[in-house]
Amino acid sequence: MSVRPEAAPPSRPAWWRWLGRRVLQAVPVLIIVALGVFALLELAEGDAVDAYLAGIGAGDATFAAELRERYGLDDTLGARFVTYATRLAVLDLGHSVAFSRDVLSVITERLPNTLLMMVSAILLSSSLGVILGGVAAMRRGGLVDGAISVTALVLNAMPGFWLGLLGIILFAVKLRWLPIGGMSTLDGDFSATGRILDVARHLVLPVTTLALTYLALYVRLMRGAMIDAASSGWVTAARARGVPARRVTLRHIAYPALLPVVTMIGLQSGTLLGGSVVIETVFSIPGLGSLAFEAVTQRDLPLLAGILLAGTALVVVMNIVVDLVYGLLDPRVSLDAKARA
Amino acid sequence: MQRRGHEAPAARARRVMIARRLRLTGPGGGALGATVLLCLVVVGALAPWLAPGDPLDMVARPLTAPFTDPRFPLGTDQLGRNVLAGLIHGARVSITVGGAAAAAAIGVGMVIGTCAGFAGGRLDEALMRVTEAFQTVPTFLLALALVSVLGASAANVVIAIGLSSWPPTARLVRAEVLRLRGADYVDAARVAGRAPLAIAFFEVLPGALQPVVALIGITVGEAILVESALAFLGLSDPNLISWGGMVANGRALLRSAAYLVIFPGIAIAIAVLAVTLAGDGLAARLGLTGVR
Repeated sequence: MSVRPEAAPPSRPAWWRWLGRRVLQAVPVLIIVALGVFALLELAEGDAVDAYLAGIGAGDATFAAELRERYGLDDTLGARFVTYATRLAVLDLGHSVAFSRDVLSVITERLPNTLLMMVSAILLSSSLGVILGGVAAMRRGGLVDGAISVTALVLNAMPGFWLGLLGIILFAVKLRWLPIGGMSTLDGDFSATGRILDVARHLVLPVTTLALTYLALYVRLMRGAMIDAASSGWVTAARARGVPARRVTLRHIAYPALLPVVTMIGLQSGTLLGGSVVIETVFSIPGLGSLAFEAVTQRDLPLLAGILLAGTALVVVMNIVVDLVYGLLDPRVSLDAKARA
Repeated sequence: MQRRGHEAPAARARRVMIARRLRLTGPGGGALGATVLLCLVVVGALAPWLAPGDPLDMVARPLTAPFTDPRFPLGTDQLGRNVLAGLIHGARVSITVGGAAAAAAIGVGMVIGTCAGFAGGRLDEALMRVTEAFQTVPTFLLALALVSVLGASAANVVIAIGLSSWPPTARLVRAEVLRLRGADYVDAARVAGRAPLAIAFFEVLPGALQPVVALIGITVGEAILVESALAFLGLSDPNLISWGGMVANGRALLRSAAYLVIFPGIAIAIAVLAVTLAGDGLAARLGLTGVR
């Protein structure tokens, strides 16, 4: 970070250097997670072959031994790790027992749905949090502030699956405004825009549920950061210069308070992805989260391991994107300086 | 961590969240939370006397509507099980599992944070990378994977939540230990010839504990929510009744008997709210939170 009088737009090669560095910084984390996942697989009783044989409901000892030899499962721990690591290096996540397919292809098929839901929920949650937190900070100590804080606190205490079910009871069963679950109408015959609207209608409840359960954090953060910023020297200075009150509020108090919120989006993306497991299960959305649940119920360990790795990679990517946005928002951060740091 | 450019904004957000944490509610909130929490603990402890018998046994006609039969004020489910008895016994599971899991998470976090902060150098670097890795893996996915590998029992749920929720405590404790490491009384202990581990855990750690108190409420609340979500997905001890499991059980009858879903959910929300408020009140009492 460097403090400059004016933000200079980063030059292109510097930008790529920054991105390269940022990706490299994520490598140790990914390696540690890969090690952890390997440990988890080793910890599990039985191996992929046991699961596979149980799945097809047959197999004798010689067949099992043959399979183990083919997949390198009868080697020593060290050799097994080498096999695991070399396959991981070429993104070979193994074979899903439940789907009888390549794990990677199952995951990439489900990923877009989760991504769509997650990004929508993050945008809704953070923008709603910014607005409500901002209003609460401006009305600090008043009735509105109290109402917003209590609402956020109560929403925070509600389990996501329960809030989702309440939404289904009210909006899908009683009022019949929204579909009860799924990602799209199966027998729908729609035009292109009709299809988009159909998916949007299906996503209203799950996205709102997910956004509301994580709303409290953003409300509290925005409120705190704004109260913090309001007591800063630059606000006093702006007021002394005769800057109109409205402009002081928006530019000198609210804008700086946005920065910690943006950072929190990155830090929260993992929690949100975790939360999508129950939400996707409740709303029968074919995404990564419900896939994780299916992997658990079907005892499909290779798939579960693949989801853990994919989820981690997704969080890493989200954090890099958030850092990029942060760099665009904060004039003090120049990616040039970051690349040199 | 300061050397790494990309850490700075994250560290800043955390500072706003923790060090300059504003109170959640007014002064009454803590007392209210503590009172409700105490009630829940008493109810959980007295469950065998308040609602004798196994809450998983059939005691009445299935699907007795709530508020119709005074013997079963909250009705019965599709197997004729008393909903109120289920809630009373469920309090036990939620509070003990949630509390134990949070204790495990805070314990692991304290040990790792103290080691990292006190040792410094390569060990610190390595431990912080591990912490970062645990923070990057989606918490619930990790807990889910751990329970499914270890097997669904109350103890394993505690282990899973403990292993997936320790990083915030570790970061906080590390920062405090780093601050205290150079204090005079620590140097004095060094000169007196105490072993480094003894200094770390008996001299430095106690001083670093106070800010951790501010995390207790949130951690326990979070643990109760994770436990209920795991139970909702069927990953809990099948012989123990739990609030999350009750919601899952009622899900099949969403159209005809919504109360089976609504009541246990309210219980979870009340428990989490009480724990959060009580924790916030405790932190405020110790002067750990700023003005509201």
